[in-house]
Amino acid sequence: MHELGVVFHVIKIVEEVARENQLAEVESVTLEIGEVSGVIESYLQSCWKWAVQKQSAALKGAELKVEVIPAVTYCEGCRKVYQTTEHGKICPYCGSGHTYLQQGNEFQVKEISAC
Amino acid sequence: MKEFKVIEVKRSILEDNDADAAALREELKSQGTFLLNLMSSPGAGKTTMLKRLIAMLGEEMKIGVMEADIDSDVDAQAITAAGARAIQLHTGGMCHLDASMTRQGLSEFGTDGLDLVVLENVGNLVCPAEFDTGACKNAMILSVPEGDDKPLKYPLMFSVCDVVLINKMDVLPYFDFDMEKCKEYIHRRNPQAKVIPISAKEGDGFAEWVQWLREEVAAWAG
Repeated sequence: MHELGVVFHVIKIVEEVARENQLAEVESVTLEIGEVSGVIESYLQSCWKWAVQKQSAALKGAELKVEVIPAVTYCEGCRKVYQTTEHGKICPYCGSGHTYLQQGNEFQVKEISAC
Repeated sequence: MKEFKVIEVKRSILEDNDADAAALREELKSQGTFLLNLMSSPGAGKTTMLKRLIAMLGEEMKIGVMEADIDSDVDAQAITAAGARAIQLHTGGMCHLDASMTRQGLSEFGTDGLDLVVLENVGNLVCPAEFDTGACKNAMILSVPEGDDKPLKYPLMFSVCDVVLINKMDVLPYFDFDMEKCKEYIHRRNPQAKVIPISAKEGDGFAEWVQWLREEVAAWAG
């Protein structure tokens, strides 16, 4: 839903890393995105292609790679974990609603390939 | 052939924003300015609510409003006419405000001497909830015509709010809106949320809402 905003954040991080490491050319940027983070990869790719064109020469040709982290929910009732996208907020084992998302909401820059 | 090396970054976008937001809150604390982040769907009554709020609180504290919209300045004009200082922020197509955009807005606005700044976030129940703006408290308006099931559909929005105003109580008889159910849905996600039914048009519920805000502003100023 907010792909343009997060692309600007990613670019800011990559530019900082590029400066610190004196990188001349960034080949690719790998993101780790949670399955339920609300970010749609195809939108992200189109925003990325548009936004990197406006950046410094080091970033212009950078490719965006996305790794998806599956969403897992933990149940405080029975201490089991289950797949969030299949069962949602209610634990399929014990029916408890006292559950929380253990992973799957991430949005982080994992690594940069550059020279 | 170029030799590319892999640099591990491991930086979270949301954590970066959270750190920025926490720094902004510290700055606001030292200035004694209370920033309220106000969120809702388009048309829930943010601007109408603010106009009444300014009329009730404008005598006892200095109020500023930052209106974030994709385009236009109709809201800022309405707020200025109501007697508060206002600035219009154009997000340029972005669906939410983050901490760095809020900081830019505040510095452009100049918060010196303001006791309360209300950030009217982009009308949207999804994206604004993801990004901490640096505000001291989060409030949202859910209006009766939107339906009592919205806390189930937009759980994150309801879980980040300190106060939920249920607006347009004046039209309650014409809608199938179950207030008790709505409160239960909100508290399922956020047991601490304060729920206040109001009518921005008629003024119902404003005594309680204004009192909540008055106490929060006083506590923040110390």
